[in-house]
Amino acid sequence: MHFAILQFPASNCDQDAVHAIRVLGHSAELVWHKDTSLGAAEAVIVPGGFSYGDYLRTGAIARFSPVMQAVRRFAAEGGLVLGICNGFQILCEAGLLPGALIRNRSLQFRCEHVHLKTATRDSPFTRRIPPDTLLRIPVAHGEGCYYADAPTLARLRAQDQILWQYCTADGVLEDYASPNGSVEGIAGICNERRNVAGLMPHPERACEPLVGSTDGRWILESMIP
Amino acid sequence: MTDPALTPELVRQHNLTPEEYEAILKILGREPTYTELGIFSVMWSEHCSYKNTRPLLKTFPTRSRRVLVGAGEENAGIVDIGDGLAIAFKMESHNHPSAVEPFQGAATGVGGIVRDIFTMGARPVCALDSLRFGELSNPEVRRLFGGVVAGIAHYGNCFGIPTLAGEVYFDKSYEGNPLVNVFCLGVLRHDQIARGAARGVGNPVFYVGPATGRDGLAGAAFASQDLTEESADQQRGAVQVGDPFMEKLVCEACLELLATGAVAGIQDMGAAGLTCSTCETAARAGTGIEIELDRVPQRAPHMSSYEIMLSESQERMLIIVQQGREAEVKRIFDKWDLPWSEVGRVTDTGLMVVTHHGRTVASIPAKLIASESPVYHREARQPDYLQAVRAFTLAGLPDTADPVAALNTLLAWPTIASKNWVYRQYDHMVRNNTVVCPGSDAAVIRIKADSIPPAPEGRAAQSPAFTGEKLIALTSECNGAYVYLDPYEGGKIAVTEAARNLACAGATPLGVTDNLNFGNPHNPELFWQLQESVRGIGDACRALGAPITGGNCSLYNQSPNGPIDPTPTVAMVGLIEKPEHITTQWFKEAGDAILLLGQPVDMADPLQGLGGSAYLQVVHGRKTGLPPRCDLDTGRVLHEALRSLIFGGGIKSAHDCSEGGLAVCLAESCISQTLARNTPRRIGAHIDLSGIAGARLDALLFGETQHRIVITTSRLTAARTLAQAAILGVPAISLGTVGGDALVIQTAAGQWSWPVAGLHDSWWHSLARLMQPANA
Repeated sequence: MHFAILQFPASNCDQDAVHAIRVLGHSAELVWHKDTSLGAAEAVIVPGGFSYGDYLRTGAIARFSPVMQAVRRFAAEGGLVLGICNGFQILCEAGLLPGALIRNRSLQFRCEHVHLKTATRDSPFTRRIPPDTLLRIPVAHGEGCYYADAPTLARLRAQDQILWQYCTADGVLEDYASPNGSVEGIAGICNERRNVAGLMPHPERACEPLVGSTDGRWILESMIP
Repeated sequence: MTDPALTPELVRQHNLTPEEYEAILKILGREPTYTELGIFSVMWSEHCSYKNTRPLLKTFPTRSRRVLVGAGEENAGIVDIGDGLAIAFKMESHNHPSAVEPFQGAATGVGGIVRDIFTMGARPVCALDSLRFGELSNPEVRRLFGGVVAGIAHYGNCFGIPTLAGEVYFDKSYEGNPLVNVFCLGVLRHDQIARGAARGVGNPVFYVGPATGRDGLAGAAFASQDLTEESADQQRGAVQVGDPFMEKLVCEACLELLATGAVAGIQDMGAAGLTCSTCETAARAGTGIEIELDRVPQRAPHMSSYEIMLSESQERMLIIVQQGREAEVKRIFDKWDLPWSEVGRVTDTGLMVVTHHGRTVASIPAKLIASESPVYHREARQPDYLQAVRAFTLAGLPDTADPVAALNTLLAWPTIASKNWVYRQYDHMVRNNTVVCPGSDAAVIRIKADSIPPAPEGRAAQSPAFTGEKLIALTSECNGAYVYLDPYEGGKIAVTEAARNLACAGATPLGVTDNLNFGNPHNPELFWQLQESVRGIGDACRALGAPITGGNCSLYNQSPNGPIDPTPTVAMVGLIEKPEHITTQWFKEAGDAILLLGQPVDMADPLQGLGGSAYLQVVHGRKTGLPPRCDLDTGRVLHEALRSLIFGGGIKSAHDCSEGGLAVCLAESCISQTLARNTPRRIGAHIDLSGIAGARLDALLFGETQHRIVITTSRLTAARTLAQAAILGVPAISLGTVGGDALVIQTAAGQWSWPVAGLHDSWWHSLARLMQPANA
């Protein structure tokens, strides 16, 4: 499977995503933000970082880049798009995912491993995650507090769009398990059509035993037919 | 704008002595212009010229068979790590800017050191920081500490460099004069080393990066004065404002440009900005350089030549390009949407010539600024306070009556407490290479193909791509209290403990970068501290085979309250040969045997390791007594023995005894593993010290005798490990067994027990609690 990894000015997890995909035995190439085509990509990852310095608001400038217009078309045609961290923020800003990501409750950046509960296995991003298995994956963000208004949340719930939630080591949804104060402990969601997803944790940083966890592979491998 | 007239007063304001001004007249053969005066002022500041420290720095060992670029040659030293790869690393201070504006002061410190690394042609892959503050009970200290950590996080996280090691000490002496020492390490292939030299007469000189503003005017000169009551108000303009986004783009563009082979020389505009970069590149190449200030991108209107030359606006680079290849610079910098401008060219005159509005505003022999810069052999005198330090004895000091409370207090003492409040604000995992996160004796990263800058075009075919992995361990160390109490011994201990940390991680030292933070060198007692600790560091580096590849001096660290404790911070980098050698400090499994390598208590030390100890400071409120003795041969043998044991397999954890002694070391081994947020992995231990006779109980538990490491092995291999240690020349004893929910210590004087949950709570949450007092 061939992945396009977007590269914005000051993307800084772009190489990490390329590395992870190659570790899984698949191919990946970087696509520059000024490009208007995704080439031969069969799936797209919008990686983490500080696109355009995150000036104005995280992801607010990136949504206007030429490559994002190509991503819109790709998604409209049903292609798989995964936004990680800053990529999640960009997809929300671009309107490809509902809701928004705001400053962490602590008002500080948080970098640590978290436990994630997979809320549904009915998506191309979660289908290979073994049932009743918690994921231990790092987060690293200052603005990862997911927020959506009540009707949007109701819709997310009704349509089973919540994919991952922060939980304790025992799998309990507790407020203190969340590194950012997200509503309902939401760590990641997908769109109604279930082909676009975003999450704040970094699955690409959890694909090899040497770096401490391989749980991220379940997410990335779910995307591979 | 007309330049002010040159008066003795103006010369004094530029921190130049009458003798130094005479030297300027001799070099130029005339009166300097105002711009030239500014140029000499920054180039001859301590920060740029090392005029007070050069004779001392010359005594450091700087060579080994691995050193490719040595101390003082370039912006950072470079060390071979095998397979055609090398690492560039260096530490630098941003103390004074952080004292007046903590967030930007610290942020631009990170920016500066990261630029030093990619200027060498290396891709920056990790950072560490060594910080010192006053006591957190003071709200101003909390503001500085919070601001500095947020500033480092802001810059490092956005740039995308993992900040994964370091230390923080808190002591009253740093109140008003915090220390912010930042370190960066980069990776490159041997054939990618770039030089900061203006080579090739006729080559064009490019300015790349954001426009020059009035920020950071004469920051290098500011760094070379004492901080005063008025510093905050007067000097805020000397603090620069950083833009990590811009730095990331400049870094990527420069690495891409270096790969084309079109670059003849490259230098960042750090301290003293355009001045330093033009002088140094010309001096290194033995050429001249001519620049036209009208072509320099400017952010503020009507800037004078003096301001443009002395500005320290951030994220700017000077690049000397091979004649005829200008288009490649333009193509790459346009791709990254970065400003660039051709500002001048390399000449054969040996002169650094600056023109502005058609007028020559400076014309200085570039080489002479460097070679004729003043050198001072300052007077050194042993400080009077040492008499009291040396007279201190344990007579009259009651032994501990409550070890349970003492250990909890020590673990919550900010200097010993977990630094998770700090490092969880740093993205310490970006780049996907962090193998051992902050929280063990040394951090470990791997180096893989994408850690290396793009290969030079055309040369890729000749040298096969690196596809393997390498492992690098990093640590930084300096106990300022020890250095204050005995600068020579304290300097040795800083290096030895750093080396011990690396050994505990399974690494062999490659090299050291140091940051000498001291008080005003004109004070003979403070200069003596500097001289003695440099001697200690040099001796230790020689003994432990770790050359010094570069570093930084920060003098004048004193506020109206007095000088800081002398703090020669040492950052040491080591190589781990195989993944299976990676060792962490926490206990692994119930039933494992706990062993001690080294003497439990140095009974030849009349203070039994309590001199200068955390215990003496925290429990008795005294910072005195001669610090523990550091015999370098003992240290070397211990480190080599531990590595041999690790290489042989079967060592499950290794943690060195430092501040807080054996009890703190054991407690940390029980509580320091973290699986995830709010998910510590704690495990108890049963320790029997009742066979150790002669020492005081406080010395046995909390004394800081040097050269001690607690290791664990499976129960089956414990006896064999003890025997091997004996053969390797290291005393070793069995301490006990891992397991249970409490740390239990049995001694001849009694038995004490600490539930690990309580120990963890004291240690893990201490900084967060101190940073958020109940009513704040």
